[in-house]
Amino acid sequence: MASLSPHVGPSGHFWKYAFRLLCASIYLFLVAPILVIIPLSFNAEPYFTFTPGMLSFDPDAYSLRWYRDILDDAHWMRSIRNSFIVGLSSTLLATILGTVAALGLSRSDMPFRTAIMAMLISPMIVPVIITAAGMYFFLSSVGLSQSFAGLILAHTVLGTPFVVVTVTATMSGFDKTLARASASLGAPPTTTFFKVIMPLIGPGVISGAMFAFITSFDEVVAALFLAGTEQRTVPRQMWAGIRESLSPTILAVATLLILVCVMLLVVLELLRRRNERLRGIRS
Amino acid sequence: MRSHASAITNLEGRDLKAALARKGRVNRIRSFCLVLPLLGFTSVVFIFPILLMGYRAIDDSVAVHAFPKTLAKLENWRPGNDIPESLYRTFAKELRGARKSGDDGRLATRLNYELPGARSATIRLSRALQRDLAEVRTYRALFQDVNKKWVQPDIWAALKSLNSPYTAYYFLAALDRERDIHGDIVLRPPTERTYVKLFVRTFWVSLLVAAICILLAYPIAYQLATLPAKTANLLLILVLLPFWTSLLVRTTAWIVLLQSEGVLNDLFVATGLIDDASRIQMIYNMFGTIVAMTHILLPFMVLPLYSVMKTIPPSYLRAAVSLGATPARAWLSIYFPLTLPGMGAGSILVFILCIGYYVTPALVGGRTGQLIASSIAYHMQTSLNWGLAAAIGTIVLAVVLVMYWLYERLVGLNELRMG
Repeated sequence: MASLSPHVGPSGHFWKYAFRLLCASIYLFLVAPILVIIPLSFNAEPYFTFTPGMLSFDPDAYSLRWYRDILDDAHWMRSIRNSFIVGLSSTLLATILGTVAALGLSRSDMPFRTAIMAMLISPMIVPVIITAAGMYFFLSSVGLSQSFAGLILAHTVLGTPFVVVTVTATMSGFDKTLARASASLGAPPTTTFFKVIMPLIGPGVISGAMFAFITSFDEVVAALFLAGTEQRTVPRQMWAGIRESLSPTILAVATLLILVCVMLLVVLELLRRRNERLRGIRS
Repeated sequence: MRSHASAITNLEGRDLKAALARKGRVNRIRSFCLVLPLLGFTSVVFIFPILLMGYRAIDDSVAVHAFPKTLAKLENWRPGNDIPESLYRTFAKELRGARKSGDDGRLATRLNYELPGARSATIRLSRALQRDLAEVRTYRALFQDVNKKWVQPDIWAALKSLNSPYTAYYFLAALDRERDIHGDIVLRPPTERTYVKLFVRTFWVSLLVAAICILLAYPIAYQLATLPAKTANLLLILVLLPFWTSLLVRTTAWIVLLQSEGVLNDLFVATGLIDDASRIQMIYNMFGTIVAMTHILLPFMVLPLYSVMKTIPPSYLRAAVSLGATPARAWLSIYFPLTLPGMGAGSILVFILCIGYYVTPALVGGRTGQLIASSIAYHMQTSLNWGLAAAIGTIVLAVVLVMYWLYERLVGLNELRMG
């Protein structure tokens, strides 16, 4: 409200700073828990809190032992491999299915658009525990429980809504006359798709794919219900770690995951800027 | 493409209107074909499994499938009557035959829901029937040797009640109710009532978390919307970082912060706020659940609020003030009502996500901070009472779908954006 009028008195200034302080503390609430984990993962002692040595910045109080632990532990290494196998396969499937569907959904003559959209997005809305329970019944009746195929199918289902939503949003900013121009110049639909549409909506497709990947990479409930010990993913392994034996190795894994997340966020931001730039050129 | 097509039909001399309609139909089918692969995939791998879960919640076919003759004999039997030897013989034969398919175990489990203790009685009977039955004089004696329950009417009455392939048992159980011996629906004994309490608790916690999210999201969304775009984008990262950070990482973070030997308690002790003996229990209880859930769901409230607030022109407020309204009045009657759609969108989203949440309460909720989803997981994984898990899941799903429909009506699916 401080921006309301230039004639603010001293009490206005007080409120302005009080408001800023309030906002800062909410941001602190959002970010502090994540930031606290990072230094603690370098703890030389098996504690989950800052040792006096850490607080006085004694180099001996810091170590990489929990990171070495990950490398030495066959369970963690296997779960990392599994996470990438499941994540990449389900992302590929979800991206192809989702992009093609989004192309259809953004055509003006799409019949039952709202109903179909509602159905395709519903895996994002239905609680994962219900999806996972249903999938468990389904996969065990077709003999796919405790298999990579089953887990990949489940993660594909969970990932497609993100691709559909992101690509449809990108398509709404897509100038359809470009596709028509391409067709009028004699390009068959596939050429139009790969040479005209794809380069323009590419960033949207990639961000959709990244959302799908993150969804799979961070998914634990379906992994709990559908994966056997052979298919344990990183979140499933973390779950076991938190529930059974809380060891600071978890903090090291968490820090690595935060790093992955920051990298993905940077890529997403770059894609968003590219997308805006492309639109800027056209308008 | 369309103009091209209509030009051809013109040359062919056909009715332009009919040709256009035909072309439109072809185009609609073409659009639909693009959606078809995903629609098919979602139907088979998502919708069908969920319907399957709904079926599990009412499915009661084990007795009808594997014990039809026994059920037919039980038709004429009443709980007061004697149990005829022929009934024993028929049931013994069918139970013996059911061993191979595992239906004996399924029947045992199902009977146990109706009559505690029936499970072991049935399993032992099934085992006893595996030996050579040639020397059996009367089946009644054999049954009685295995377990006295078999000569009492209760277990036969329970078996008789399984004469329909569908049951409301699981839904009644999910609502803390059961049928008494006369078939009337009654409340379960007080010690066995758990789910209604959990449903109510989940509802209130979801409302509370949504309310806290509004309170926390409103100031920062307002600040983001009023700041210059460049600063706002930087601050937005602080919202998006937790949004995209792994759920388990954030949950671990709260354990690290809140546990009694954790960072916050250490800080309190170090600053002398509390002494070492009276460390506060802030996690593995309801408090832990609410804090962690609020943290995880807050971005879902900030983002829609921010996108709504961004579209409110500041000139509206200036106009109100220039017309004589105090800033507070202007804000209350101009700005606040305009942000209601964003608040509504965020609240429904947070509420939906909260209602079915499993991971965070399971990890930080301890015994008192569990929500309804944990009982689904319990029955899926530990008690293996899949029918009950399916019934609770179906009820939660119904609530979520109503909220989803509400969201679609009030907000529209196009507003459902991630980040």
